[in-house]
Amino acid sequence: MTTKAPDAFSGGASKTPTFEESAKASLSDAQLRRNLGKATQTIREKRKVAVEELPDWEKLREAGRALKTRVMRHLDEYLLQLEESVTRAGGKVHWARDAEEANRIIAGIAKSHDAEEVVKVKSIATDETKLNEHLESEGIRAIETDLAELIIQLAGETSSHILVPAIHKNRAEIRELFLRELDVKDLSDDPAALTEAARRHLREKFLKAKVGISGANFAVAETGTVCVVESEGNGRMCTTVPPVLVTLMGVEKVIPAWQDFEVFMQLLPRSSTAERMNPYTSFWTGTSEDDGPQEFHLVLLDNGRTDVLDDEIGRQSLNCIRCSACLNVCPVYERTGGHAYNSVYPGPIGAILTPQLVGIGKPGPDSLPYASSLCGACYEVCPVKINIPEVLIHLRGKVIRHKQDGDGLRSKLDPENVAMQAMAKTFSDIRLYEASQKLARIGQWPLARSGAIHRLPGRLSGWTSVRDLKPVPEQSFREWWKSNREKS
Amino acid sequence: MVEVEPGEELVATAKEEILWRIRRATRDVPKDERPESIHVERGYRKEGDSQREEIVERFADNVAEYQATVHIVGEDELPEAIAAACKKRGVERLVIPPALPEAWRPEGLELLRDAARPNLTNEELDGSDGVLTGCALGIAQTGTIVLDAGPTQGRRALTLLPDYHLCVVREEQIVDLVPEAFAKLAETVREEGRAVTFISGPSATSDIELNRVEGVHGPRTLEVLVVREAGASDS
Amino acid sequence: MRVGLFITCFNDTLFPETGVATVRLLERLGHEVDFPAEQTCCGQMHFNTGYQREAIPLVRRFVQVFGDYEAVVAPSGSCVGMVRELYPMAAKLAGDDRLAKEVEDLAPRVFELSEFLVKKLGVTDVGAYYPHRVTYHPTCHSLRMVKVGDAPLELLRAVRGMELVELPEAEECCGFGGTFAVKNADTSAAMLSDKIRHALDTEAEVVTAGDNSCLMHIGGGLTRGRTGVETVHLAQILANEATEGGR
Repeated sequence: MTTKAPDAFSGGASKTPTFEESAKASLSDAQLRRNLGKATQTIREKRKVAVEELPDWEKLREAGRALKTRVMRHLDEYLLQLEESVTRAGGKVHWARDAEEANRIIAGIAKSHDAEEVVKVKSIATDETKLNEHLESEGIRAIETDLAELIIQLAGETSSHILVPAIHKNRAEIRELFLRELDVKDLSDDPAALTEAARRHLREKFLKAKVGISGANFAVAETGTVCVVESEGNGRMCTTVPPVLVTLMGVEKVIPAWQDFEVFMQLLPRSSTAERMNPYTSFWTGTSEDDGPQEFHLVLLDNGRTDVLDDEIGRQSLNCIRCSACLNVCPVYERTGGHAYNSVYPGPIGAILTPQLVGIGKPGPDSLPYASSLCGACYEVCPVKINIPEVLIHLRGKVIRHKQDGDGLRSKLDPENVAMQAMAKTFSDIRLYEASQKLARIGQWPLARSGAIHRLPGRLSGWTSVRDLKPVPEQSFREWWKSNREKS
Repeated sequence: MVEVEPGEELVATAKEEILWRIRRATRDVPKDERPESIHVERGYRKEGDSQREEIVERFADNVAEYQATVHIVGEDELPEAIAAACKKRGVERLVIPPALPEAWRPEGLELLRDAARPNLTNEELDGSDGVLTGCALGIAQTGTIVLDAGPTQGRRALTLLPDYHLCVVREEQIVDLVPEAFAKLAETVREEGRAVTFISGPSATSDIELNRVEGVHGPRTLEVLVVREAGASDS
Repeated sequence: MRVGLFITCFNDTLFPETGVATVRLLERLGHEVDFPAEQTCCGQMHFNTGYQREAIPLVRRFVQVFGDYEAVVAPSGSCVGMVRELYPMAAKLAGDDRLAKEVEDLAPRVFELSEFLVKKLGVTDVGAYYPHRVTYHPTCHSLRMVKVGDAPLELLRAVRGMELVELPEAEECCGFGGTFAVKNADTSAAMLSDKIRHALDTEAEVVTAGDNSCLMHIGGGLTRGRTGVETVHLAQILANEATEGGR
């Protein structure tokens, strides 16, 4: 399933479909429902086991939350400290206000080294800025080296999950893809064989590349250390083998001190892959003589993060350490998949980050805060205690206020707005309220048949498309109270 | 003080603009609030309270759980264990870091010693049959081996390109909990800025139908020799 | 104790029998129930859909109507969740410090029915009789927002004559989510279908919960499918006694 519609971070963001529209298609994709259902259930259970092993899990969560809160409140100070540390350690720091600027800086570095191909470690930030497309336009091929990213790159698709981007593909589909796109003659669909094919293909690329590009899970202000957490070893390859390394990092990823890894490196592995520790984590500080790249660039990216920071309630969204635990427990995500969100950030965290990063007022991203039943399962598992339901409700408020205050007459006439205004009025006046109860009883007469309402008109038809509705009872509670309990 | 010529525009750099945006976004934070004013309650465990015996055993168990091969050997058995491992694996060309202890060097195979200028080339590393190193630390709680580019380990590429990594972990190098490891590494990172690598099992992926498949880019086989002080072994 | 009954606009209009049951139950336990008739709606629907400015007058109204009660009880986890967890956000949005204080003062006195019985009154056996096979769905708001914990199950376990069976994947959301059920009807339906499947797997005759909103959604699916399985609010089960005529 190739997503051709523009996503929230592309130039066509205002034409991005709404969640409801996109979910319709993915909900009826039985293969996706099966793959995703099985995957998320498996990892949910594993996560539970990994977390229950730690008697101090809640203490770690609280420390993680407090550390991130401290960082966001003093982000300028920490970024300046980070810049100083990285520079002292032999790296170079660049600042990028938006996606275009970041892409230009990175392409510039690659061009200055005459790189025709660059090797990349998975980085959602680079997906956000659409770095690969920009490099392509500058005649530079960006080779994705994460197995899943390689798969979707070869398939010409986009990721559907923060952690397991090709979760929507099964082994048979992957085998077909590799036979078509890689230089292999014969291939079984056994995962080990598929992996071997990818390994051979990519090793050649790693050894030849002049420039490696990565994201960053964390960067330490105190020491200038940058950290990449991974499983496959391609992160180590990209950040060690090529002579030049460029890291793109959202400004919110900075943490205060080296010591703070003791918190985050316990929270992240158990929340994401549900392991005690992921296979490889690389911590590098600037450049090291005779070890790894001799030129290191750190590109700090804003691209809307300062807008998120500006919102006192929304600000906590920046705490995110990209573990994807929220995706794996979300009953909505489990059924609709990531593509329905039309954003590089899907799931619960995507529903709050995307509209804040791109700004309120575009129909597609504006629909994301509503892609939730507010069940709260995400908040329970978030390792840094982001109160996602609270932010969802807060953003819904912003969406509506923006509509009402911006659109003038058109918003006033919006059927939902009209209904809500009418009901608010009804609820504010006891006589109106009691009258409307009686009216509902009378008004349902044409709709109620044989004890149930099977079809509601207009916007409410969504209810009766899959459910019956019991009719409004003859006597309301307050009428019963009046007749049976009220003291005269 | 920035001076602007008549007719020129005052243009902020990206850095200035971002900092300005941050400060404006956080104007709700009191001007006199220091970062440390935001209290971080560190109520989690900082140190384990297990016995040495338990720690070593847990380390070995957890490393083995990642499909790495683990042997516990006595100090005097170490050179033999190294030689045996290499023989079993069929290693003919073994990469070693510059300051690997003499006693560890196995005989009967070609040793490729990495030395500064000229270093072993990537092709030589790629074409080797394996690498032998020590380590900086082991973490029992998570079955993690920590490398910090120290003398018995060498630069990062040595433990990355070869397909087989034989790693010696001394008993006294193993700590119980994760926070202890970061505490021990702090000075090296702060003072020298050396690169640190955490290794928890051989390379793996779960990207194909969530089946954990070993072996993508790092060494696909990891073998660990845990050295006990007083001659005890697991035979 | 003199208890102010917060019936909720939902129950008042669509599920009066739940209110009647709540009154009878509390009276049976020896408490005086008062129903301040000026109450209308807590504002949750408006607030959660984003019409937050419109909800503020409803917040004020609620605080005014219930402010003096020693205890306010509602047979609804979601409405209590609104008052306890979101009224502070509403007061902040209104920029009204006095309202914020009033909310802070009132919130701890507002209870969902099962937590009131078990945690405040210390009662788990309310003398109920309900000879049916029943399964319990913990609604998300009562579970995660109000945090009623095991209170509903403790109450249900003490009901005589009842066979209580565990609902598989009980803590998974049923898919109601307020206006979500209409605005994202397809996803809501997908979630509902799994909840129904789990309910049918228990072979229960009745599905119960502490929120009629979820029950209306689950019940709506059960009737649409002509399954013959019913939904009954927790209060009605607890209020039921061993008399002729059952329910």
